[in-house]
Amino acid sequence: MSSTQEIQSGLAEILEEVAGVSPADATPEKSFTDDLDVDSLSMVEIATAVEDKFGVAIPDDQLANIKTVGDAISFIEKNQ
Amino acid sequence: MSGGILEGKKVLITGVLTEASIAFATARLAQEQGATVVLSNFGRALSLCQRIAKRLPQEAAVVELDVTDPEHLSTLADRLREQGFDRLDGVVHSIGFAPQEAMGEGFPEVAWEHAATAFQVSSWSYASLTQACRPLLATPSSVVGLTFDASVAWPVYGWMGAAKAALESVSRYVARELGPEGVRSNIVAAGPLRSMAMKSIPGSKQFEEAWEGRAPLGWSVTDTEPAGKAVVALLSDWFPATTGEIVHVDGGFHAVGV
Repeated sequence: MSSTQEIQSGLAEILEEVAGVSPADATPEKSFTDDLDVDSLSMVEIATAVEDKFGVAIPDDQLANIKTVGDAISFIEKNQ
Repeated sequence: MSGGILEGKKVLITGVLTEASIAFATARLAQEQGATVVLSNFGRALSLCQRIAKRLPQEAAVVELDVTDPEHLSTLADRLREQGFDRLDGVVHSIGFAPQEAMGEGFPEVAWEHAATAFQVSSWSYASLTQACRPLLATPSSVVGLTFDASVAWPVYGWMGAAKAALESVSRYVARELGPEGVRSNIVAAGPLRSMAMKSIPGSKQFEEAWEGRAPLGWSVTDTEPAGKAVVALLSDWFPATTGEIVHVDGGFHAVGV
């Protein structure tokens, strides 16, 4: 089990690696598409990296509901 | 596993993007049937492919191949040799792209540059990929491509559909020219599957609904295994006298009227 803090920093690392998002910008209220310019291909890669790092499974229909960094953090918290 | 239908075969599988890719099911099944598999993808899809390659029963090597880059094509055989592929018994062409401008409604209005991209990436590349692999192709060997039945015109599919019709023809020409070298060329026409490829087509939901009511065997839009199994079968020695063929894996949709 990772803490909320660990999830947030782990997610920020993934966002930086996959989509070039500065860790300082990866705050919970940010929308992936509107604020961070993450497109659908990058979103799928982020989801894949999250699955590998946190041992969660993100089905497609759930991925569609993850709009913000905060949504992703709470999904990982609930499902890890 | 021993005794699989691809035991000892070496296969290049292009176009693995996610676990929902037909190419992923093909790669998994090919490994389960005894094949050694190498994957390819390109550009931004390369790193996703490398992550997904780790989810196969045995992690597969990944080479970069952009079929619009002449240098990628001309160096492919050497780069495959570097990965330990001194020969290929099979090649899976799972490559297709049309710009958004070339799909949807308004087919006659589409500019040549957009249609040209669809033809280059989705049709011509079947021949150029085969040619790039030719120095390594064993006798016998098998090239398999993927289409969405292009004998009719679909809603929203636009120039991608025209490019698929061209692909089906290209496969027949490859079958004709390379047959004497022992190379077979066949195409699997899969029903609609919820891969990234299909999700990127605006309005593709209507295909799912059409299949639901009409396919005699029924059809699951999330099950890529039937298409993958057909590709693996065509890669195997169990279709030794079949080339230039299109095998429909669509629940029987193509065979019935309304």
